[in-house]
Amino acid sequence: MAADLSFNRLPCNERAAVEITVEGRKVIALDGETVAAAVMRSGLRPTRTTAVSGAGRAPYCMMGVCFECLMNIDGKPNKQACMTEVREGMVITVQQGARELGGDSL
Amino acid sequence: MTDLPQYDLVIIGAGPAGMASAKEASAAGLKTLILDEQPRAGGQIYRNIGRPILQNRSILGEDYYVGESLLAGLVQASLTHIPNATVWEVTGENALCFSAEGVSHQVGFKKLLLATGAQERPVPFPGWTLPGVMTCGAAQILLKSSGLTPAEPLVIAGSGPLLLLIACQLIRAGVRVEGIVETTPTANYGRALKEIGGAIKGWRHLLKGMRMLNEIRRSGVKFYKCATELRAEPGSEGNLASVSFRKGKTVHQLECHTLLVHQGVIPNTQLGRAIGLEHQWDEVQQCWKPTLSENGCSSHPDIFIAGDSGGIGGAIVAEIQGRTVANEIVQQSGLMGQKDAAIDSLRKELADQLAIRPFLDHLYRPLDIFLRPEGETIVCRCEEVSASDIRGLVNYGCVGPNQAKAFCRSGMGPCQGRQCGSTVTALLADELGSTPSQVGYYNIRFPIKPVTLGELASLSQPAQDRPVK
Repeated sequence: MAADLSFNRLPCNERAAVEITVEGRKVIALDGETVAAAVMRSGLRPTRTTAVSGAGRAPYCMMGVCFECLMNIDGKPNKQACMTEVREGMVITVQQGARELGGDSL
Repeated sequence: MTDLPQYDLVIIGAGPAGMASAKEASAAGLKTLILDEQPRAGGQIYRNIGRPILQNRSILGEDYYVGESLLAGLVQASLTHIPNATVWEVTGENALCFSAEGVSHQVGFKKLLLATGAQERPVPFPGWTLPGVMTCGAAQILLKSSGLTPAEPLVIAGSGPLLLLIACQLIRAGVRVEGIVETTPTANYGRALKEIGGAIKGWRHLLKGMRMLNEIRRSGVKFYKCATELRAEPGSEGNLASVSFRKGKTVHQLECHTLLVHQGVIPNTQLGRAIGLEHQWDEVQQCWKPTLSENGCSSHPDIFIAGDSGGIGGAIVAEIQGRTVANEIVQQSGLMGQKDAAIDSLRKELADQLAIRPFLDHLYRPLDIFLRPEGETIVCRCEEVSASDIRGLVNYGCVGPNQAKAFCRSGMGPCQGRQCGSTVTALLADELGSTPSQVGYYNIRFPIKPVTLGELASLSQPAQDRPVK
């Protein structure tokens, strides 16, 4: 059985629940939190694989400087998950290798 | 360019320096715009302070909630605050471009204040790219903005005040910490002792540090001092599985699903670099910082810097600098600033707050191997370039970081050198028998954050046709 890698939620002040989909799984996030936080709460690892060697990576700095948290958010690749707030119905997937050009990604 | 929205002062960053300066400048009558990359003001230190998430306020401690009054000052001020705004270019004609909600905008300014804060010092060591390794600052952001604590088992490794603080906060939150692996070199204690005068002057900070150490001791969490040879190891799925280190003659290994690392913070100089402001190497803090006058003016007469982006001093120093630099800008703009006596007392407070810095800087200077890594340790995380790759470049005639880009693509990935720049400079200086000042830094170019073609194209539309939030 895979290890449980989910981050734990402490008792929090009242926040609206936001339902998102992470790798096909429904996840309840809190209003105002980032995609990266919601993804770490869900226990998903890795959150992307690198363009060079295909190695797995996961959020590292949470403040927009390291670009390790790049994910595919609502069909758009290369989005910084730590700089994007969750919205109801968001669909988030792991970014595999380099993003593909075209369509909405431009 | 005359049809751009014009401001007397544009401030970039809504942390303590940005919030304090915005309040001061707008109160004096300057038409002020504050742009911030985050959805809510506060910066990283007071992240999410407008809507604190944790029910138990004692977890983060009172120093965090100090930010509430700063935020109140910003909210009451008469100015424009645009959140979620990423500044990606500053032009020579006193104008800048930023992107918010996928649409770009351009504004003009008479004066510009960079209050872009700090970032954690990159800490290359074997395994630091594994999923599950993250910075202490990242863990703190998750606590402040989401009320989340890391997946257990958890180990904390590194050196510096923030490491002790996050350890205390997580312990208070009931997290089980398997071990705190302190890498502060033994020799640092002697060097720091020479600066004890400043530490005594800054006794309040010293007391806080001792209280944190006491709190950790009382918790019973294992504390490994003077550890070396830090290494994170993967499990079968490629995620972090354990951390190993040497203490004395013994090599320890701790299983963990999260490893929090920290080796101090360095100024975030990306924007100033791209503008072409003059920077200098700080040997004590082991980082680059912009060259500033006493009043916070950079090498460009219209561009000012306050807070940690001008040199590490912490939140209170940033707030005071925000006020003094704003006052300078107000006076240069021909308006009435603060009385001289008020400014003098702010400067005295600044000196008092900075008194402990030399002690801290010497005590928490990172172990050499984190500054100048060796072997297969990855240095450039984006392009996966190792320390030995970088060191080997001098054999091919590489004389500095900008040549290194052409040789091996280091610094050319999405983070634009933020995670490898200081290390690449240090490694090349090491191999060339030179100094960081002589070797220099990457040339940073606009746009300093990735923007889509759509975001760029949106600038060509007349402002009134662009979608407004």
